[in-house]
Amino acid sequence: MLKSLNTGALGAALLLCGAPFTTVHAAWEPTRTVEIIVPAGPGGGADQMARTVQGIVSKHHLMKQPMVVINKSGGAGGEGFLDVKGSKGNPHKLVITLSNLFTTPLATGIPFSYKDLTPVAMLALDEFILWVNADKPYKTAKDYVDAAKAANGTFKMGGTGSKQEDQIITVAIEKQTGAKFTYIPYKGGGAVAVQLVGNHVDSTVNNPIEAVAHWRAGKVKPLCVFDSKKLDYHDKIAGDRAWDSVPTCKSAGLDVEYLMLRGFFMAPGVTDEQVNFYVDLFKKVRETPEWKKLMSDGAFNQTFMTGKDFLNWVSKEEKRHEDLMKAAGFLAAK
Amino acid sequence: MIEDIGNLFHGFAVVLQPYNVVLMVLGIVLGVIIGVLPGLGGANGIAILLPLTFSMSPTSAIIMLSCIYWGALFGGAITSVLFNIPGEPWSVATTFDGYPMAQQGKAGEALTAAFTSSFFGALFAVIVITLLAPLVASFALEFGPPEIFSVYFLAFCSFVGLSKEPPFKTVASMMIGFALGSVGLDQMTGQLRLTFGFPELLSGFDFLIAVIGLFGIGEILLTMEEGLNFRGNTAKINPKVVLQTWAELPRYWMTSLRSCVIGCWMGISPAGATPASFMSYGIAKRVAKNGNKFGTGVIEGVVAPETAAHAAGTSALLPMLSLGVPGSPTAAVLLGGLLIWGLQPGPLLFVEQKDFVWGLIASMYLGNVVGLIIVLTCVPLFAAILRVPFSIIGPIILVMCAIGAYTVHNNTFDVVMMMVFGVAGYLLKKTDYPLAPLVLAIVLGDKAEEGFRQSLLASQGSLSVFFSNGLVGSIMALGLIALFWPLIQDGWSRLHARPAT
Repeated sequence: MLKSLNTGALGAALLLCGAPFTTVHAAWEPTRTVEIIVPAGPGGGADQMARTVQGIVSKHHLMKQPMVVINKSGGAGGEGFLDVKGSKGNPHKLVITLSNLFTTPLATGIPFSYKDLTPVAMLALDEFILWVNADKPYKTAKDYVDAAKAANGTFKMGGTGSKQEDQIITVAIEKQTGAKFTYIPYKGGGAVAVQLVGNHVDSTVNNPIEAVAHWRAGKVKPLCVFDSKKLDYHDKIAGDRAWDSVPTCKSAGLDVEYLMLRGFFMAPGVTDEQVNFYVDLFKKVRETPEWKKLMSDGAFNQTFMTGKDFLNWVSKEEKRHEDLMKAAGFLAAK
Repeated sequence: MIEDIGNLFHGFAVVLQPYNVVLMVLGIVLGVIIGVLPGLGGANGIAILLPLTFSMSPTSAIIMLSCIYWGALFGGAITSVLFNIPGEPWSVATTFDGYPMAQQGKAGEALTAAFTSSFFGALFAVIVITLLAPLVASFALEFGPPEIFSVYFLAFCSFVGLSKEPPFKTVASMMIGFALGSVGLDQMTGQLRLTFGFPELLSGFDFLIAVIGLFGIGEILLTMEEGLNFRGNTAKINPKVVLQTWAELPRYWMTSLRSCVIGCWMGISPAGATPASFMSYGIAKRVAKNGNKFGTGVIEGVVAPETAAHAAGTSALLPMLSLGVPGSPTAAVLLGGLLIWGLQPGPLLFVEQKDFVWGLIASMYLGNVVGLIIVLTCVPLFAAILRVPFSIIGPIILVMCAIGAYTVHNNTFDVVMMMVFGVAGYLLKKTDYPLAPLVLAIVLGDKAEEGFRQSLLASQGSLSVFFSNGLVGSIMALGLIALFWPLIQDGWSRLHARPAT
């Protein structure tokens, strides 16, 4: 009785998400609590996304087993990745990634890479924007870069962490324009944004969600976005400006592009069925209003990828990080 | 202003809906339990319970979660006083006089003083938030790296030379703390320090593990050596203890007020509750007439840190709401909650989400009143725990410590580390090395280092940055005065003594 009920529900679930209706028995589902490892501290972008997923899954009953979020931020996230790497064959452990999947092993020599993990899905890409204090006279990224060049290395760029994405972008800007910055690392994106409001740094490359509240309050302004195309969000946010009014950095003569992966990986040695369960789960998560709200609040790039596409993207991205970090002299001493 | 008060009363109306009152009481009780369990601090507790609130309205959710926070703030003091195990970083200073009081059979008095001062600290901070929110938010913006460093500098300075132990032992202990605090990732260069290739050391030594080991396990080892008895077990259960202590408390209004101001300032700046509690204790000891008795169980030594910690813990919510910068780990988790409920912390939150903001502020008032009533009625009960024979409660504490250490990072290695710290704590106590400077250095060392190095990066290596404006200059000057206070005092009295001779 119980069994037939079970298979019935599963069949319905499979039909709903449009999967080919093959053998019902093949479908795997979690048998105990699923852990989401966040290789970063509480309150940051990855943590918010993991907790949103957790909230959506429990609110919409997308999974029978509960889901918990665990922060393992030690060693620039190395602690979290090593934990998942060491849980071979454990299908109840997911890890959400940020760029430290690439940067941490390169900068610190902590031994892990995406090849040690099983890719599940890319849920979104986080954008980066060049922000300055609203009181500053710069109207475009070019004005700003010219001023930075004239300041001869005394311009302060605030960012999150050291030898991570924010500093990589800063070095890329330096290489592109010849301007020099003093990069000052802080612990979290929120703190960086406030340092900009308080004029303790001259610019930041905050993610949209980290700085949007101060933009709306008229304290900071965006100069350009480090993406190949403008942001696809048209609702008015700050006065009469929407995200789509921010020009791309390339169009402003600053040819730097950078997007950060918000994706999920599993431990090595899990089966395809187990991966597919989570792929379907994330597809359902993406359909919920809560998820859509998070995406538009944070002006995310909503690219979704799984399987081979995702793996290809990741391997290309790793190569790119290695090149960028090598050029910047950020690689760990062997 | 008038409008704000109208909003506040509207907030009270929201909070007093029966459903919200139930959530409030539930939150406080859960919070006290979470606060009592070492390791399972407010941040962890709220993170675990956060998903439960996703189906509630944001206002109800924040009422419940912030009440868990108040409850945890109250609960943190209980284990500090009874067992010398601080449940939260800001409770460390409470153990200095709270635990000796408990050993003298005055656990009830110490707890009552702790809870009541907490309440006044929180109340003061909420009033500041209510009246001065916009002003206070802009004050927080003045704090760049040099200012932040100067605040930590002041915290260290006001604490140096406080202990009865020889100064060199204090310095040695503090240096061990700095060394332990620097293990793990160096934020400024992105390199690993002192991990010797062990993956277990990647995240460094967490303060909580060190404290649970040094204080908790160390204390159990000492108690075992001294014959398996709590020294406080002679305490009579006295239902009137609350009223008796209250009659005594008004005498310390000056200490209390000073601690409130220190706490609010630290909470907003945002340096947090931990430096606030240490600084407040240090200054109270300097200023008090019976300063040399501090550390032996004087009630003022409980009042000062508890008031400041709660004033700071409460006012830390203001920068979180108005700037999106969490002043404490718990505030960071609450911040995550705000975003999930679809609220954007920032200057506009106060304009666009009046219901939410004023509901939260109203719940700060009521939550603290409800919390105070709940914990005070339980004081005789808590104090009675000390009457349970050690052979029963000792193993329970040990298990709780182990669970607490495990929950900090879900890491079994931490439990081993806790035992190592326990043995170290026992040995340090036997050889008269003070533990507090060590703990202070672990908690604040890396933050102070970060502020120092950020400042020097920005100033291209010039130390003059620490005296570059009125704000940072005066805090640094205060710190130097606090550091050399004994010398200054000495010189002053000699200067005055000379004409007489």
